[in-house]
Amino acid sequence: MPDPIVHIEGISKQYRGADFKSLDTVNLKIYKNEVFGLLGPNGAGKTTLISILCGLLHPSSGTVYINGNPLNENLQEVKKLIGVVPQEYALYPSLTAKENLQYFGSMYGLSKTELQSRIGSLLEAMGLLSFANKKIKTFSGGMKRRINLIAGILHNPQLLFLDEPTVGVDVQSKKAITEQLRILNAEGTTIIYTSHHLREAQELCTRVGIIDMGRIIADDTPENLINSTKDARNLEDVFITLTGKELRDYA
Amino acid sequence: MRKLIASIYKETLLLLRDPGGLIILFLMPIVLVITITLIQDATFKSVSGSTMDILLVDHDKGELSTEINRRFDSLPFLNPITSYNQKALSEAKAEALVASGDYQLAIVIPEGLSTDLNAQIKDNIDKILAELQGEELTADTIEVPQKLSKKTVRIYFDPITQETFRSSVMFSIDKLIATIETKTIYKAFEEALGTTQSIGSFKRESFVAYEQINPSLKGAIELPNSVQHNIPAWTLFAIFFMILPISLNLVHEKGQGTFVRLRTTPVAYHTIIGGKAAVYLIVSLLQFTLILILGIVVFPQMGLPELQVGSNLGFLYLVAFAAGLAAIGLGILLGTLFNSHEQAAPFGAVLVVILAAIGGVWVPVFAMPDAMQVIAKISPMNWGLEAFYDCFLRKGGFFEILPELGLLIGFFISTIAIAIFYYEKKKSI
Repeated sequence: MPDPIVHIEGISKQYRGADFKSLDTVNLKIYKNEVFGLLGPNGAGKTTLISILCGLLHPSSGTVYINGNPLNENLQEVKKLIGVVPQEYALYPSLTAKENLQYFGSMYGLSKTELQSRIGSLLEAMGLLSFANKKIKTFSGGMKRRINLIAGILHNPQLLFLDEPTVGVDVQSKKAITEQLRILNAEGTTIIYTSHHLREAQELCTRVGIIDMGRIIADDTPENLINSTKDARNLEDVFITLTGKELRDYA
Repeated sequence: MRKLIASIYKETLLLLRDPGGLIILFLMPIVLVITITLIQDATFKSVSGSTMDILLVDHDKGELSTEINRRFDSLPFLNPITSYNQKALSEAKAEALVASGDYQLAIVIPEGLSTDLNAQIKDNIDKILAELQGEELTADTIEVPQKLSKKTVRIYFDPITQETFRSSVMFSIDKLIATIETKTIYKAFEEALGTTQSIGSFKRESFVAYEQINPSLKGAIELPNSVQHNIPAWTLFAIFFMILPISLNLVHEKGQGTFVRLRTTPVAYHTIIGGKAAVYLIVSLLQFTLILILGIVVFPQMGLPELQVGSNLGFLYLVAFAAGLAAIGLGILLGTLFNSHEQAAPFGAVLVVILAAIGGVWVPVFAMPDAMQVIAKISPMNWGLEAFYDCFLRKGGFFEILPELGLLIGFFISTIAIAIFYYEKKKSI
């Protein structure tokens, strides 16, 4: 096995004032060039885990290694390697698509020339080149999702985190986004992605981790998970079998 | 550095594309300064400016009440009214008119004031002259004085009038009656002496005169006008109101998710807030420039006094710079601490008003109770105001404003340090 790009060692997280652990001794290794799907019901701990991996939160205990280096000791360096596509649109509505991308790209230290070239090619790939100088507030949900993705991959990250990247978009936008993710992966980007679209995850992911109650309860390729689960025909059947049918309401 | 420049550019674009924000930042301070100065100017010019109607009920109808009426009439800021609806004003009517708020003041001169005052004075003078001439005062040598009752001038005040107004009215009437009384005493002496020779020798003008001097650090200066007083106070208020848009800017970033995205990029928090601080600092200096132009160019066109900047322009900008930094620091701290518009907006607005109140923007610090005078010293608005007053009114130089500049810049550094510390700590929630 090659060295993991992400090595999660015994991570736990209990928020201040909470009487339960959002993450409970999570151990996981994600290897270079994988498309890893982190699946789980609402409140299972997906966003908490992704937030820790992005450096947004400190774990209560445990260590995360990115490229073999402890995350908390090399956060600024690690941030140069990662890209994040949050679930929110995370764009300035009164700025144009190009202005948004120039700003976020410059935060990764890209030169003006690099930025121009990357922005142009990615906007074209996502079918948005003619909207480059339009303000984000005039964009549809699908267009915003595509710009949201571009903002996270402008600097060619080695590791890309995506939180529900296709939620609430039309089929065309979803197709454009998943196509772009495949291209990125083919170019060497490791992808860690959360989604409630299990069919999409089944098609896109090389490996899937199912998390529930703060613990990783399954971790394998979609095929292996389907084959090893009784009467399962797809990832959704596996998911229901492992996490149950009860509603997951948290307050 | 490129990240900071990109942040400044982004903040500039966001501000320029927010007409509501621009109105708050530039138009509102101008409206505020004009409104307050116009109102306060009337107060500053109360001696020679606006006219106040007062009700005068004359039960005396003697020479004393005629003299009071004449003197009131001669004052440009008072307009005595003695009749209402073509009828002589009664005390009951005057009381009703003041009670209803139609008039703020009514003065009732009691019946027999002139005759009794004259009788009282004549009686006193007769006694003095008799003693001077060595006469023994007996029942035969002096007239039996009339039984004189004490006279009360009743003054009705509208309940909304403030204590300072009441005191100054009482003082003015007291002084007026005392002057008339003195004149009457002179006249009585002349009559008692039975000669007109001495009339010319009495000097009736006040022996003691008053001169108002406004000392400054560079010698005496002209009487400060309402503009000199209001521009510093309300400019500072406007600069500190920037707390609101800057804190809401940060809260808004958190709400729309861009802040989370920025936190995942290799950019330090001080670069993110540095971009905001730079733009809002320029805004505060532009605000200040606009208000200066207003005071120097526009106010004279509106009949208001011109703002006298003198040779202190550089120091004034130094104070505006430091005050702008202090306001920005506080705004960034609030924006870092709060997560919602509902928290930041009312807190920021009320905080500015409290800082203005304890800082002496409305009521001078020297007029505050002892405890509040101590508290005033911890308001950054007070530091800014003192520094502005040093420049505008006391004609102070760099070394005079240095302590306040130090406090304001120290406040900026402290608030930013707390904001960065809190931002780092928040990750461990």
